[in-house]
Amino acid sequence: MNKTLLIIKREYLSRVKKKSFIIMTILGPLLMAATIILPAFLADWSEATKKRVAVLDETGWFHEKFKDQDNITFYYIYDDLETSKENAIHEKGDLLLYIPRTQLNIPVNAQLYSTIQPGLNVTTYIRTVMKKEIENRKLLASGIDPEVIKSAKTNINLTTYRIEEGGVEKKSNTEVEVGLSIFAGIMIYFFIFMFGAQVLKGVMEEKSSRIVEVIISSVKPFQLMMGKIVGIALVGLTQFFLWIVLTALFLGIFQSGLFGGSIPENLAQWDQSGQVIEQSIQTENIGLDKLELVKEIIDGINFRVMIFSFIFYFLGGFLLYASLFAAIGGAVDQDADTQQFMLPVSIPLIFSVMMTGVIINQPDSSLSMWLSFIPFTSPVTMMMRIPFGVPLWQIWTSAVLLILGFIATTWLAAKIYRTGILMYGKKVSYAEIWKWLKNK
Amino acid sequence: MSLLQAIDVAKSYAGHKALDKVSIDVEQQSIFGLLGPNGAGKTTLIRIINMILAKDSGEIFLEGKKMTPSHTQFIGYLPEERGLYKKMKVGEQALYLAQLKGMPKQEAYTKLKEWFDKFDISSWWHKKVEELSKGMQQKVQFIVTVIHQPKLLIFDEPFSGFDPINVNLLKEEILKLRAEGATIIFSTHNMASVEELCDHIALINNSKVILSGEINEIINRFKANIFEITYKSPKELLLDKEGFTVLSTNRTNGTFNSRIKITGSGSPNELLHAIMPQAEITSYREVLPSINDIFIQEVNNAQHE
Repeated sequence: MNKTLLIIKREYLSRVKKKSFIIMTILGPLLMAATIILPAFLADWSEATKKRVAVLDETGWFHEKFKDQDNITFYYIYDDLETSKENAIHEKGDLLLYIPRTQLNIPVNAQLYSTIQPGLNVTTYIRTVMKKEIENRKLLASGIDPEVIKSAKTNINLTTYRIEEGGVEKKSNTEVEVGLSIFAGIMIYFFIFMFGAQVLKGVMEEKSSRIVEVIISSVKPFQLMMGKIVGIALVGLTQFFLWIVLTALFLGIFQSGLFGGSIPENLAQWDQSGQVIEQSIQTENIGLDKLELVKEIIDGINFRVMIFSFIFYFLGGFLLYASLFAAIGGAVDQDADTQQFMLPVSIPLIFSVMMTGVIINQPDSSLSMWLSFIPFTSPVTMMMRIPFGVPLWQIWTSAVLLILGFIATTWLAAKIYRTGILMYGKKVSYAEIWKWLKNK
Repeated sequence: MSLLQAIDVAKSYAGHKALDKVSIDVEQQSIFGLLGPNGAGKTTLIRIINMILAKDSGEIFLEGKKMTPSHTQFIGYLPEERGLYKKMKVGEQALYLAQLKGMPKQEAYTKLKEWFDKFDISSWWHKKVEELSKGMQQKVQFIVTVIHQPKLLIFDEPFSGFDPINVNLLKEEILKLRAEGATIIFSTHNMASVEELCDHIALINNSKVILSGEINEIINRFKANIFEITYKSPKELLLDKEGFTVLSTNRTNGTFNSRIKITGSGSPNELLHAIMPQAEITSYREVLPSINDIFIQEVNNAQHE
């Protein structure tokens, strides 16, 4: 068997069999599935406890204005404050909303008493009702019919279409694209760093345990370095695929199993909840069902392009950075020395994540374009641009430059690595590394 | 016939000469001792032979052919600074390293099992390396070095870290390997083991070979014609005459022990003749210099030059 393959196999298997890998592989998708499912579940669970609110309205303006909600019931009392507190809160365990009469014409103060946290849904509802009622009264006082205002309100439903090459029109939604863009960019950054660090650690382990000399008496240092890098890249890809598959699987299990049949309903509710407040006003005007729209947009995302480009930019970016990390691991003797070399190497990667805002605002600007050409920043920035659509020639340019980039860094790194792994007890400096590079 | 020939091998690191036209000739099926003080260039030479380092100039031939990277599978190398993957299981790791030397997996497995049995360490197969003591790890490393039956074995300080019992076990194995046809280069500071094992030596000092040859020939070259005689006599004999110089005499009860240097016209037999009539001789032998003495003497000489 080819020796490089043997090394790749060892590097791959020894990591995939580790407990930490297995835990990460299961925990990652669980967390992802949970972040999707849990809000719906939690909302459902917290609202299950019904709250009752006693309303002591001294102004009399809000009589019967508070309507019973799913989990909130209102009733009206007409005692004085102290008696009401005694009755409602201490005896019945309810909440007490006190709207005092004020000197002003319009009451703007109210107090909510309770022994428990009232919860956001209660306070939001009360505030909304009071605001609406007072606004209406103000309008009436100035002689304007609230109905006129209501009918004058207009919502613009702007659907954006992106015309693709070949003239295909595609419904696009910037919000979804922004989300996808940030997610993809951060994922690439996270993957490159996480697995790059493994390369660094692996090389340092070989050096400090002194097995490296035994191995390079059988294979070339370059084979050992590349075997390690490729092996770890495969671990990264394995993790990526398992995460996609398992997330889908967990979502399925959560939906069908854990929550019984009730969940699809709840999920649907939650899907809307992000836009719940806006929507309550807007739905009348928008002809299109929001859920339908989201679905259409998700269908519009080209998952094949996303996954393919993620794999390409992960591999390209990883090979580029991992070879540099391998060189650092080979050059240094102690953990503490890695810092001074790690920082300059990671700066472009961190910088590209810091550029997120700029790229999302203007994915087609020349700054975004150049960042997605430079091999050190292109993995993260190009992944951020791809959801918005990138001209094909730019993708090709970026891809070719990235390939050239990693060939160059690998070549440089191999020189540093080759010399460094046999150097012990010497604190390396940049001047020293420069000397190694000049060695033939 | 020589198995390995290094001719005028030179190597320098950034201004510092590590090897200055070093030539060695290692005969087939012999044990070759590479001696020298720390920093003399032994490890550099060994690494060049292993193709871990590139030489600046000179040639290396293995069985008369110029060495190429593919030749490394005929070499077994036990470096001075050695280690194993700590988290990996012993058996799995030995198998991996054997495969890296080009052995097919099944063959490596069978051979490893044999060696593990021989060293009585079969129970370690499934243990992690970090659970083993340093001496135990050394055994595993030794096995991994010889497992692919290399033509040339290179041991750099093989005995460091072993207890005397295991040193003996190792020596036996080294001699056995030679008997089976292997050629061994072995670098050490342990002079006793050099005298015991080596057929040839080369002494490297300050990046140059300052002494090399067959070990008995070297010892003869450095002998000082000193003889040690033990005899029983009531009083010390007067032996200082033409051709003999008494260097020292010790007396215990009625036994005298003298070291006598034979100079110029004298011969060992004449000395014996001179003593025989006067005392009862219980032992008579030539005092040969130890490799240790030669080593120190030569290194010091080289430094004074």
